[in-house]
Formats: sequence, C-alpha cells, structure tokens
Amino acid sequence: MALVEVKSDISGLVWRLDVNVGDSVEEDDAIITLESMKMEIPVFAPSKGIVKEIMVNIDDVVEEEQVVAILEI
Amino acid sequence: MFKKILIANRGEIAVRVIKACREMGIKAVSIYSEADCEALHVLEADESYKVGPPQAALSYLNIDEIISVAVKCGAEAIHPGYGLLSENPEFSARCAKEGITFIGPPTDAISSMGIKTEARKIMIKAGIPVMPGSSPLETEEQALQEALRIGYPVIIKASAGGGGIGMQVVENPDNLITALETCQARAKASFGNPTVYLEKYISQARHIEIQIFADQKGNVVHLGERECSIQRRHQKVVEESPSPVVDSQMRSKMGSDAVRAAQAIGYAGAGTVEFLVDQDLNYYFLEMNTRLQVEHPVTEMVTGTELVIEQIRVAAGHQLSWTQEEIDMSGHALECRVYAEDAKNFRPSTGVITNLVFPEAVLADGEMVRFDSGIRVGYKVSPYYDPMLMKIIVKTNTRQRTLELMYDVLSNTIIEGVKTNISLLQYIISDPGFVAGDFSTSFIDIIKK
Repeated sequence: MALVEVKSDISGLVWRLDVNVGDSVEEDDAIITLESMKMEIPVFAPSKGIVKEIMVNIDDVVEEEQVVAILEI
Repeated sequence: MFKKILIANRGEIAVRVIKACREMGIKAVSIYSEADCEALHVLEADESYKVGPPQAALSYLNIDEIISVAVKCGAEAIHPGYGLLSENPEFSARCAKEGITFIGPPTDAISSMGIKTEARKIMIKAGIPVMPGSSPLETEEQALQEALRIGYPVIIKASAGGGGIGMQVVENPDNLITALETCQARAKASFGNPTVYLEKYISQARHIEIQIFADQKGNVVHLGERECSIQRRHQKVVEESPSPVVDSQMRSKMGSDAVRAAQAIGYAGAGTVEFLVDQDLNYYFLEMNTRLQVEHPVTEMVTGTELVIEQIRVAAGHQLSWTQEEIDMSGHALECRVYAEDAKNFRPSTGVITNLVFPEAVLADGEMVRFDSGIRVGYKVSPYYDPMLMKIIVKTNTRQRTLELMYDVLSNTIIEGVKTNISLLQYIISDPGFVAGDFSTSFIDIIKK
C-alpha cells in the first residue's frame, strides 16, 4: 500500500469537503472544493485510491502546493 | 457639488472612481480589507480606512462599518462601483437614512430589478420583448407544465440571482425535476431565496446590452449598445461597441425600448438593459443592471462621454449633460478583461505582482489605448476577490484596426507574478469567427474544444 498526497494547485478557502475518510475515489474525483476568486474550484484526486486522511477543515485557508488529503493506493 | 465621496469598492473600479473625483475636485475616500492594505486604490485615495478582515462579507460588504466610516470622515456621497453593495437595496436605503447620497438609482428601482421575475413582469407591461418564461415555480407539476408550454430546451434561473449562479439548461422533461432541486438549493445558499423560474433557452444567442442614463428630472437617454457575447463561466471576457450585428435602425429600436424600461421604473443614474439576441436578430429583455458596468469604457470611448463623472453630477441633482440627439457614436472600441487565471483551464492564480509594464503604442488620430488597472508591483493577488486584474480598452476608427491594435497592446503588456489569460485574449481576437463578427455566447466553449 502506497500513500499519495493530494495537493492543491491553487490557493483558496475550503468551501466543502467532497469525501469522507474511508471513501473510495477514482482519479479526478473532487476531494475538496475551494472558494477562490469568487469561484468554486475542486481539488481532484491524482489517482484512484481510498481516502486515508483529510487535512483541512471548512473555512481553512489553503496555499498553493499545500497537501489537503492523503490517499492510500 | 459634493466635496467628499467614499468609494465602497476595491480594485480597478475604485481607482477609476478616484480619478473621476480628482477631475471634479472632489476628495476621494477609500475603504479596504486587511488583504488590501497596500492596494492601488488605497494609495491613490485622499484618505483610506480599514473596514475589516480579508473576507468580503466582513469588510467590503460590511454595511454598518462602511456607513460608520462615511459618517466619521464626512463623506457626503458613496459610490458603490459594481458588484459588492452596488445592487443591494438595503445599503442604498441605509445611505438615505443616514443622509448620505447613494450614487445610483432609487432603492425601489434596485429592488424591482433585483427580483428577475418581478423585472420580467414590469417589462412585459411596458411593452418590451421578454424571453418566453414562467412565473416563480411553486410545484414540480407546474414546472413540468410550464416547460412544456415554453418548449425545451429551457433554462432554470434563480429569481434573486445573478452572475450565472444557480442557472441550468434542461434539454428534456426527464432531467427537469432533479435540475430544479439543484438550482433551488444553489439559489437558497447563494441568495438566501430558493425561488426559481424557467426561461426559453437559445444556444446560439448573442448578449447585447444598452447603456442608459437618466437624471432625477425624468430625462432618459441611451448611449448605444455593447456586444458582450464572449463569456466564460457566464462572465464577460471581451466586449465591444458597436456590435458587429447591430445597425442604426436596430440600435434605435433597442435603445428606445431600453429607455422605456428605465422610465417604467422611475430610474435615475447609469443603468444597463441586457438583451439576448437570436440568430434572426430578434431581441429579448434579460435583466437590468442598476449600476455602472465593468465594460462601461467602450461606451465612453465611442460616445466621447465620461460616465462616472456623469453619475456623480446626476446624483448631485444636475440635469443630464446630453440630449439623445447630442449622443453620437463614432469609431470602434474593444475591451479585454485581464484575469488572474490559467488561460487553459480558467483555474484562478494568486501571487505577488513582480513586474508590470503597460506598453506605449504609436497612435494615429482618433486612436486611444486605456488601461483601467487595479494592481501595482508588490501587490498580492489573493483568493478573496474576483480575478480581474485590469481592463485594456482600445479605440480606433474601424473594427479591424481596433483588433490589430489590441493584439499589439496585449503582446506588449507584461504582468509577472501570477498567470493571466492574455494568451487566450489574443487567441479570441484573432479567431477568424471573431474577426468576421460571427459568434455567440458559446464561443469560448467552442474554441476550447
């Protein structure tokens, strides 16, 4: 089992958590949705896997390149 | 005339209003959030006051704090810019209560145009062509019946909505109810009002709007059209005046309908009546924006007017500076909105501006280049506000020359520190369909494919 980091490519505020720990996700599924520049922008799963950890909460500020979740693949 | 005006906005429009105040010899007061301490609109103003933390809801939308600053600093009027509090009837009513002039239309006009189904009703009564649609939907059964009567495809819209939020196109009855529920939830979350209604959906349509202006004495004029079909995420990207498809006869017909719309609601100040135009050039009222538009400079350039100065004059009780006969359009103006975003996927881009160069173009007689910018070197573009960095506006005598000059200006404009959509803007204005004037609101979706 390998762990994969889900990184945000943009900065923004956490608007919504789209998955729960333990959920199975496919590549390009939305993991969290950020509010950035008045738009809702999803952060996608880089690969298929199971959500091991979500590292942000609603309203948190996320910076570019920040790890927001960990997947187990 | 006012001696001091508070500008309840940020970015390029706040800077734009400060310039107008300066030309009129009026002191300009800026407000700012913690994220905007070093913003251009703060540095340019005569006085500036912090109104709250970065989140707009707690700063630029904080009515109590903004009013308290206005009272404290002795501002006699507030210019709301566009967006933020500009179409908030509660804010304009509050200004009136505090004895501060709101530089905008009467509160009732803002309220009635803010509820889209109400606006449609008023326009139908005034004899203005309105897109076939429904009243506010109350039951699923009513939605199905109305959609059948209007004919698919239909678009679900939020009654209290705007900015493309909570809108969805439905192709057939099977998807209507699910889409309805999604839109109602979205409308409730965004506008605090779940009411939605249906409109006939036209895919190959143009978005053309008419600038109107009214004073408090009942005079109303129009200043021609703006072609605003080039959009992404239902937000405009490129605008021009005149529209490649509007001739003088159509302009005068749309213009007089727009004037009638303004008269129907006792309008005063700058306003815009938006129309959807189908392939046969039939036009239908969409909505009225009761404020200055982002794209107002293209109108200023082809009509030789100063709309912000006129807004301030009219708010101070002066008569309109022009009669309809005195308004003449000449040349061709184009505006490109420069957004801080990835040109390929529209994902927003934040960061500190490290380099900024506005090129100087060699201009012939009658040619103009204008940068309405809200940024400076060292400013941090944050995720809290909309992604527009600046507008570039170009005017020459012909559309072709305007497109060429704009392309050159875009090529030589340097913005470093964030990604921008400049390459997309160049692609758009050199696309053969765009050059030929043959496009619709689906243009960007089509070229993206």
